Amino acid sequence: QRLGSTAAPQPQVCIVGGGPAGFYTAQHLLRSHKGVQVDVFEKLPVPFGLVRFGVAPDHPEVKNVINTFTQTARQDRCGFYGNVTVGSDVTVEELKQAYHAVILSYGAEGSRSLGIPGEELSGVHSAKDFVGWYNGVPGNKDLKPDLSAETAVILGQGNVALDVARILLSPLELLKKTDITAGSLEAIADSRVRRVLIVGRRGPLQVACTIKELREMINLPGTQPALDPRDFQGLREAVQDVPRPRKRLTELLMKAALEKAAGKEAEREWSLRFLRSPTHILPSPDRSRAAGIRLAVTRLEGSGEHARAVLTGEVEEVECGLIVSSIGYQSLPIDPAVPFDLRQAIIPNRMGRVQQAPGLYCSGWVKRGPAGVIATTMNDSFDTARSVLEDMESGQLDTSTPRAGACALHTLLKQRGVTPVSFAGWEKIDAVETARGREVGKPREKLVDVRDMLKVASL
Amino acid sequence: SSSTGTLRSEDKVTVHFINRDGENITTEGKIGDSLLDVVVNKNLDIDGFGACEGTLACSTCHLIFDENIFEQLDPVTDEEMDMLDLAYGLTETSRLGCQICLSKSMNGMTVSVPEGVADVRQAADMGSSPS
Ligand SMILES: Cc1cc2nc3c(=O)[nH]c(=O)nc-3n(C[C@H](O)[C@H](O)[C@H](O)COP(=O)(O)OP(=O)(O)OC[C@H]3O[C@@H](n4cnc5c(N)ncnc54)[C@H](O)[C@@H]3O)c2cc1C
Ligand code: FES
Repeated sequence: QRLGSTAAPQPQVCIVGGGPAGFYTAQHLLRSHKGVQVDVFEKLPVPFGLVRFGVAPDHPEVKNVINTFTQTARQDRCGFYGNVTVGSDVTVEELKQAYHAVILSYGAEGSRSLGIPGEELSGVHSAKDFVGWYNGVPGNKDLKPDLSAETAVILGQGNVALDVARILLSPLELLKKTDITAGSLEAIADSRVRRVLIVGRRGPLQVACTIKELREMINLPGTQPALDPRDFQGLREAVQDVPRPRKRLTELLMKAALEKAAGKEAEREWSLRFLRSPTHILPSPDRSRAAGIRLAVTRLEGSGEHARAVLTGEVEEVECGLIVSSIGYQSLPIDPAVPFDLRQAIIPNRMGRVQQAPGLYCSGWVKRGPAGVIATTMNDSFDTARSVLEDMESGQLDTSTPRAGACALHTLLKQRGVTPVSFAGWEKIDAVETARGREVGKPREKLVDVRDMLKVASL
Repeated sequence: SSSTGTLRSEDKVTVHFINRDGENITTEGKIGDSLLDVVVNKNLDIDGFGACEGTLACSTCHLIFDENIFEQLDPVTDEEMDMLDLAYGLTETSRLGCQICLSKSMNGMTVSVPEGVADVRQAADMGSSPS
């Protein structure tokens, strides 16, 4: 790597989005280039994206990545500007004027809709909103999910679906010690949900969750799996030739299914319902809320990861209260100046270089689509940072004329009445949250109102 | 556990790390320390290593061992295997560095950091349903 010589101006890079993609991209740039200045712009007053707002409260060990992000943010050559929404408070064009390179790492803020009648009924939520509710996303704090019916249905069989199921079924004693928000803990304490059905369009060989989450579900105290051994017939042979992760996952499922048959009676249960595709949300008699769901029975065409679910014509109805649709997050365009592939819902790119837009890069879920764990996001963010560094070195990215960087932004934001929250401002919020948590035996009690966050940050 | 700063040389072993770019990093670690401890204590330049700080929640500490050393390692637990299944470039002699503690017989061993090129096909599907 070339270190900025005294004559060359300091490369100014900005990153849109303060989640794992933003911080890992910043980390790699700062480590590999001893002159670059990196500024992170984040819409919320608080950093870390889905590590704070997605990762389940009972997975504190996953959140350890925050320590590394904090080290990055505290470096002299790294700036953090929370409470700045790119696309409305400041445009991407304005960022391009102020910085040599703009890296878009703003994640996936939307969710795929089911596209079936009744989806708008009260009692139906996207997993994104439901997860946001228990994790303290300011926009989801008033969700008030109806937890008064015994059966809840989750559509989708990925890790997010299992997170939601676990939160619904976990003993209160466990949840109390997590950073789940006070409001949701209260609601869950009154919950009557005892049975969670996790529905997938395809079969046991296609479930999208990972084995760690599945094992956790199987071992959840006070809860038992209610798996149908018939779903697993013939799988022992089928599973011999598949890659190890899929094989181990399937074997664990089979074991849980067979053990259950002889199992103890637990108070609560969960099950995986395979080969079912939702067609209608069924309303209550007064049509005020969801009261059930109609599922079309499917069968598989083809096999393995690429098997397709086709309808058989048979249907079945399940009575339930809460319905959570966990069929995927989705990235949205934030600014007309940025190319966007609406079909794939990503920013079109090659190794993080936005196509036909010199000086623009992307990383994380908006680059790859909303799949993969934090380690996946880390690797792709390092790839993007490498592309930026290569382009600086080759001259593809022209850094020979100075750019005003954050100075220009300060002026703009001030004119518009936007007050950015610095990393020091976040650390004040952090201190208040951990202190409030300590009082009730939790690692943190999150502030869930943006006004409160801003107030604390400005103290 | 030693409170004095000086360690006898027999309490230490030499480890060679082959980094992603092929660079060889030779370092020493205390017997009983995990390979994650070694990377952290010696501040080795392996970007992104040990994201979850040794709590078996990330797989970024994935290392590839020589077969003769691999065979001597303590048996792998289900929980380590679960995380390994998510690692990039998984091999027959892969383990998680945070779970492997240095012993005398490891003196002079070489471990490789797998290449970190994002492979979406292998990535766990977090959000989307089977479709
Ligand atoms: C419910 C859930 C649970 C998960 N659990 C785990 C887990 O246990 N382990 C694991 O390894 N991975 C987990 N993941 C995956 C992990 O969270 C993702 O891989 C990772 O967060 C993606 O990073 P990102 O930075 O691309 O997106 P995000 O984390 O979404 O970050 C994007 C950031 O950009 C900001 N932003 C959005 N729009 C704008 C704008 N216009 N201007 C400025 N800023 C903006 C957002 O506020 C956000 O802070 C989970 C994901 C979800 C959804
Ligand atoms: S450091 Fe995360 S699993 Fe080893």
